[in-house]
Amino acid sequence: MSKHTLITWVEDRPGVLNRVASLFRRRGFNIDSIAVGHTEMEGVSRMTIVVDGTTLSVEQVRKQLDKLINVIKVTDITDDDLVARELVLIKVKATASTRSEIIQIADLFRAKIVDVAADSVIVEITGDEDKLESLLNLLRDFGIKEICRTGRIAMARGAAGTIFEAEKPLSKGARPKKSEVTNW
Amino acid sequence: MKLTGAQILCESLLKEGIKVMFGIPGGVLLPFYDTLPEYPKLHHVLCRHEQGAAHAAEGYARACGKVGVCIATSGPGATNLVTGIASAYMDSAPVVAITGQVSRPFIGKDAFQEVDITGVTLPITKHNYLVTSAHEVATVVKEAFHIADTGRPGPVLIDIPSDVMSEETEFHYPEKVNLQGYKPTVKGHPAQVKKAARFIKESKRPLIIAGKGVINSGASAELKEFAEKAQIPVVNTLLGLGGFPGTHVLCLGMIGMHGLAHANMAVNAADLIIAIGMRFDDRATATVAGFAPDAQVIHIDIDPAEIGKNVRVDVPIVGDAKNVLKSLNAEVESQNHIEWLSQIEQWEREHPPLWMRESKTVLPQYVVRQIYEVTNGNAIIVTDVGQNQMFAAHYFKYDRPNTFISSGGLGPMGFALPGAMGAKAACSKENVWCIAGDGGFQMTLQELATIVQEKLAVKIAILNNGYLGMVRQWQQLFFGKRYVATPLPGPDFVKLAEAYGIAGERVTDRVMVTTAIEKAMAHEGPYLIDFQVEPEENVFPMVRKGSVITDMIEEVRKEARRR
Repeated sequence: MSKHTLITWVEDRPGVLNRVASLFRRRGFNIDSIAVGHTEMEGVSRMTIVVDGTTLSVEQVRKQLDKLINVIKVTDITDDDLVARELVLIKVKATASTRSEIIQIADLFRAKIVDVAADSVIVEITGDEDKLESLLNLLRDFGIKEICRTGRIAMARGAAGTIFEAEKPLSKGARPKKSEVTNW
Repeated sequence: MKLTGAQILCESLLKEGIKVMFGIPGGVLLPFYDTLPEYPKLHHVLCRHEQGAAHAAEGYARACGKVGVCIATSGPGATNLVTGIASAYMDSAPVVAITGQVSRPFIGKDAFQEVDITGVTLPITKHNYLVTSAHEVATVVKEAFHIADTGRPGPVLIDIPSDVMSEETEFHYPEKVNLQGYKPTVKGHPAQVKKAARFIKESKRPLIIAGKGVINSGASAELKEFAEKAQIPVVNTLLGLGGFPGTHVLCLGMIGMHGLAHANMAVNAADLIIAIGMRFDDRATATVAGFAPDAQVIHIDIDPAEIGKNVRVDVPIVGDAKNVLKSLNAEVESQNHIEWLSQIEQWEREHPPLWMRESKTVLPQYVVRQIYEVTNGNAIIVTDVGQNQMFAAHYFKYDRPNTFISSGGLGPMGFALPGAMGAKAACSKENVWCIAGDGGFQMTLQELATIVQEKLAVKIAILNNGYLGMVRQWQQLFFGKRYVATPLPGPDFVKLAEAYGIAGERVTDRVMVTTAIEKAMAHEGPYLIDFQVEPEENVFPMVRKGSVITDMIEEVRKEARRR
């Protein structure tokens, strides 16, 4: 079992998220996180889905997703060179005596303080999971009142990765990436 | 010129070549039904229950290979379709289900007869639509038929609100569909086909498992050429029956939980399995862990998600069976497997299939066999689910595709009668026999009225054992013969048929069987025969639950030994 990151391009229509979520439920797969938003293409949304499973079961998820009519393309980019980010808002208990220490820690992580109240602050941080977890661990001592995470979004480095790139035939000698060897 | 949504729906159905649809009207569908008289070429069959309409659409689709259409009103009408839609989904049958929906302003308000049918059918349709304006109707119908009938076929549901049916707009039927996310792979990858040919060349004990994909893609001729050229024996899944001639010397018959002994044994002795258009269903493989332990597997299927789902595969080929077999036939060399075939023949001698014990009573096996004899194998058999289904699978030899119609995946009792009705509506010149048990028949027998109304000459054979037979068989074998809730004192089926205006008779003795079937065939309209069969007859062989495919319970054949 390991975490896999699936990028799914879907038609931007009502009910598509439901179709995707329903498929995960029906086939008994767990979604760790899912992040959805518009893309550079009109009418196309992009979902970054993190799913926990064996390579074989995630391959089955990928194929089942691909069967949905509203799903344009699915790739498993787990083994690709990628940029992965998540945004977290953390409401931390803060008194006059601890506030400056919290701000210092936030600075170290290049996190921002986006709200200050009498007994709490909200810290905003963007980064990969490791960085977020480290900050959360440090802030836990002060008392965390609320956490809100967006879930992972990810993008492959370099030119590869968009729908249209993947449709192009591979040049001679170029080995297809694992994630592209799909339908045979 | 502007047309209403209902007119556009009718025009679009005509463009798709639809002649028959099975349905029941209702409140929200009134604008549609009110339009129907303007389109006399669209024949509407009034069913007596929406489940019947959905099964009939599947029976229609599977008999003639064209898309079957069923129609139901919102709410209960739509939910009554669900069993039939699920059946079409499990058996990959092209069906388009059209449902009425409450008017747009009422959607989401829990209005009278409102049900979120697109939500309900999400996991049992290939795709579904909620139409939100008359402007969308033509495109949605075009897409729906395309999706239902291409790639791996399946049901598509179109939900149309009542006020969309009466809304007016310009009608343009699109020439092409534009579905970015739907492009089935039809052609097999050449490198994989070559690899498969190499595996076949090296194999000493190859075996073809032919499923319904062969029938769906119309690949029977290609399969025959392939099997004959490489001299590879063929076994069928339940739904694959007819895809390869049942009387062919290379045909071993059905495998699986109730597969024939020598066919099951061949599966587990094979060194190469060539699976074509099948999905390694648990009823076909028995326990997957011990399935074909010595075999490498070539899996040809149009649905990439089926490959590697249940069984590990050595050579996956995604593509249409006909296409792939064509390219495979070009690669495969002529071979013979004399040793392998004679081994199988020996198993067949040791475990004679289709053996029947001596009996004065009416054996269900004998009834099916006599239907085969009297019709000369020239019939479409539509079965129900349970013992009758297995007897019909074994004791009739299916030489042509689309002649064995049975709900295999979902297994809904009550499929046979409406399914046969759909098959007869599709192929009026064929002999259509409905073979059902007394339990399943009572689940949808109201369609007798539809059959009469439509003058469909369906011949009905009820294998009446007074039990829910297959469940009783399990109780006998695995639950200490405790027949809980399986005895089923039935009505007088002949009188029941008479009440509907259908001729019929009761058969209580073996000697009456053939005459009754002949009489049914000679009779012009529908005909019902109530065969009072041996009550506790079992379907054998039977793989023990949770066991491997070769661990079979077989019939004790006392008489055979005596002879």
